[in-house]
Amino acid sequence: MRISISKRKIQDSFVEKVEELSGQKLLACYQCGKCSAGCPAVSQMDILPNQVIRFAQLGLKEELLESKSVWLCASCYTCNVRCPKGIKIAEVMEAVRQVLLRKRCDHVEVGKLTDEEKAGVPAIALISNFRKFTS
Amino acid sequence: MMKITYYPGCTLKSNAKNFEDSALCSLKELGVEVEELRRWNCCGTVYSLATDDLIHHLASIRNLIRVKEAQSDAVMTLCAMCYNTLKRVNERVKADPESLAKIHKFMDEEKISYQGDVRVRHLLEILRDDITFATIATKVRRPLKNFKVASYYGCLLVRPKEIGLDDLENPTILENLLTALGAQAVDFPYKTECCAAYQTVDKPDTVAERTYNILTSARDRGAEVVAVCCPLCAFNLDHRQKETARKYPEFKKMPILYFTQLMALALGCGEKDLRLDLHYIDPKPLLQEKGFI
Repeated sequence: MRISISKRKIQDSFVEKVEELSGQKLLACYQCGKCSAGCPAVSQMDILPNQVIRFAQLGLKEELLESKSVWLCASCYTCNVRCPKGIKIAEVMEAVRQVLLRKRCDHVEVGKLTDEEKAGVPAIALISNFRKFTS
Repeated sequence: MMKITYYPGCTLKSNAKNFEDSALCSLKELGVEVEELRRWNCCGTVYSLATDDLIHHLASIRNLIRVKEAQSDAVMTLCAMCYNTLKRVNERVKADPESLAKIHKFMDEEKISYQGDVRVRHLLEILRDDITFATIATKVRRPLKNFKVASYYGCLLVRPKEIGLDDLENPTILENLLTALGAQAVDFPYKTECCAAYQTVDKPDTVAERTYNILTSARDRGAEVVAVCCPLCAFNLDHRQKETARKYPEFKKMPILYFTQLMALALGCGEKDLRLDLHYIDPKPLLQEKGFI
């Protein structure tokens, strides 16, 4: 993957928005990679959890908003409890999802789920899925 | 007699009726009186992580107000997701009076101005801290002899740290309870690995992969059954074995039981309190073989 870094991107309001929504200081991360090492979803991710933080620091908005990773994160908090800098990575993932969801870019389209898909899972699964993946 | 205020949550009344019935029967055998809240609503299922998302904390706060209305200062949950969500919201408003004041403005019709003074507790904490496992051991009528059980915690009973009820990397509360019930606790490395939770709706294949890893690991360590404590983990590890077997032909299916079903069995509850009809993998043949039913 070829990535271009610029002062304009780093100063983009997106960085501030992610910090505000997540309540995290992105620059605290020194890229040790412990979050990615313990993440159960990492094998399917296109941008690893530590890279999500790096991309957010650099304001790589397009890459983050198009990544599969934030939708593969199930907020299990393994990364959060292991981060030596106390950064809540799951909250940063949530912030990126929220940027999209608040523009009505839903990840799950409720109307497209079949009756079988909906009836085949318990209420707890549907409610939590819609809470996380729809606006 | 000990009395407990109980918040069930949505799934305990439907798919996880086996969890509720077995827990209530066990508590009766242990001499605990359980009073379900007269009115309750969804807890919100997941704690809202975005700093400004206060509106989704309302559901939890309303339930905590119901606890106060029941003249109680503590509430027991069974579901790990309810436990986590109610407790985190409670901790958030305790630490953040400004947010609490805003939340109160949204809920102007509530008579009680909630101040964060309800304790949110999980059944496991009550069993360990109030009743004690030593006392439970004296009440066992049908020891779970020669039964190898792996305990699966999932995420929300142990993480984050300030919410968790045991060590976050190596919890042992379930193993300690099962040992008191006479079972042989099997340790395995996937006991706090996420089952992919609600992704079961849109990514059942991911859940099948996790179920394969978790259950194969437990089986390799000698487990005959896996004990769970969350209705969503239970669904994923039990019902998604259908997809798991399709994806991995060599996968060997195994029964999943709530820890409360195992406790109910040991304390002498009847088969009707186990609701074994709600399982995808039928635990009956194994329980019969062991002479437990």
